[in-house]
Amino acid sequence: MSAVAISRHWDEGGRLLAAVDHGPMPRFSRRELLAEIEASGLAGRGGAGFPTAVKLNAVARAPGRVVVANGTEGEPASAKDKVLLEANPHLVLDGAVIAAAIVGASEAVVAIGRADRRVLKRLLHAVAKRSDHIDVRIETVPDRFVTGEESALVHSLEGGPAKPTLRKPYERGILVQNVETLANVGLIARYGAGWFRERGTPEEPGTALVTVLGAVRRPGVVEVELGTPFRDVLQRVGGLTALPQALLVGGYFGTWVRANDAIDLPLANAALKPLGAALGARTIVVLPHDACGLSESARVARYLATESAGQCGPCVFGLPAMADALERTDVGRLRRLAPQVAGRGACAHPTGATRFVASAVDVFADEIERHRRGRCRGANHPPLLPVGASPDWR
Amino acid sequence: MQLRLNPILCDGYGHCAELLPELVELDEWGYPIVAREPLVRRLEPAARRAVKMCPRLALSLEKSP
Repeated sequence: MSAVAISRHWDEGGRLLAAVDHGPMPRFSRRELLAEIEASGLAGRGGAGFPTAVKLNAVARAPGRVVVANGTEGEPASAKDKVLLEANPHLVLDGAVIAAAIVGASEAVVAIGRADRRVLKRLLHAVAKRSDHIDVRIETVPDRFVTGEESALVHSLEGGPAKPTLRKPYERGILVQNVETLANVGLIARYGAGWFRERGTPEEPGTALVTVLGAVRRPGVVEVELGTPFRDVLQRVGGLTALPQALLVGGYFGTWVRANDAIDLPLANAALKPLGAALGARTIVVLPHDACGLSESARVARYLATESAGQCGPCVFGLPAMADALERTDVGRLRRLAPQVAGRGACAHPTGATRFVASAVDVFADEIERHRRGRCRGANHPPLLPVGASPDWR
Repeated sequence: MQLRLNPILCDGYGHCAELLPELVELDEWGYPIVAREPLVRRLEPAARRAVKMCPRLALSLEKSP
């Protein structure tokens, strides 16, 4: 449901987006596969960056029943999962089938957003051509921001609203993995951990899909090695179209950073940590010098408030209060709200929203001053950060 | 032992903060902020009462991780 035009970029060395026939599925034992994933150092590509092997192990002990390939991507500023599923559905399906073999599941479900019609068509075609030894199904779920949260997704697949639950799926033998994570599982099973580690950094190995929006010539999804400098990533999408003011790293649960602080850093969590930022699902928005970071952030804060599942009090009341305070540039109020909201939901929604707002207050301090004097540097700039519609929860 | 709150069930009745002010304070909307530290023995009876009296059964006592 991305609200932005997206182009797809890849090069000769790309692993995830290039259309390559990887041939028949390799045959390995569960133990060999798990050892290979462990040695690869693969971390989840959905945003949290959890070690994939640890999760596979936890579900295998449950014991595993079903694998859910999470392609919902409810974040309006991210398109990499949709692009991957359209470009290489078989790679994701291979990964899901292999993950099912590892955890002992007899079924795999690929979940995508209801609005992603092209992705659905592509997946249905792909599944029809395969003959897997387990059941592989495609399901569509409501296009809400929190639908991609593991427990919300499973809740929806089981017939409930797409809202988080306290009990986590892995405790019930349900493995939820982001589709890009599974595509990597499919590749590692074929080519091995050593091959996987030829790209990226020793701590953050592999390549990753990045969605780049904002002041770049060809906004879109690009595959890069982890550790590639931000400057080079922006070059891969055609380069800058304006002097950059700030970068939003990690999407709407992410962090604003000053452009000058980040642009020469490598795309890696280790490098971003001193700035209080993390890659998340690797959405980068480039804010040009003539846009207003405060107005942009206030619009997103309001959107995140409307996207609360409405279950936990601190999220229900805290997120609208934060959006109000940001609109009024009441920094003192925002400081008092943060500890009353962050960490107090059943899922990470209030925590992520608080982090996003806090970084806006920090990075756009001078814009806040300007607004207090009745001015805004972005008065003539069209809205940049996309926000989605908010359809029904079922 | 440790107190654990289910924020989905909690509707902010606030009984827990009345019964166990040592470990529970209320935010500005009346929802409990529960201390994360392990429960000291002295507070166990009050904690059990708070768990029992919650109208939403949102509070529980669990073994510390």
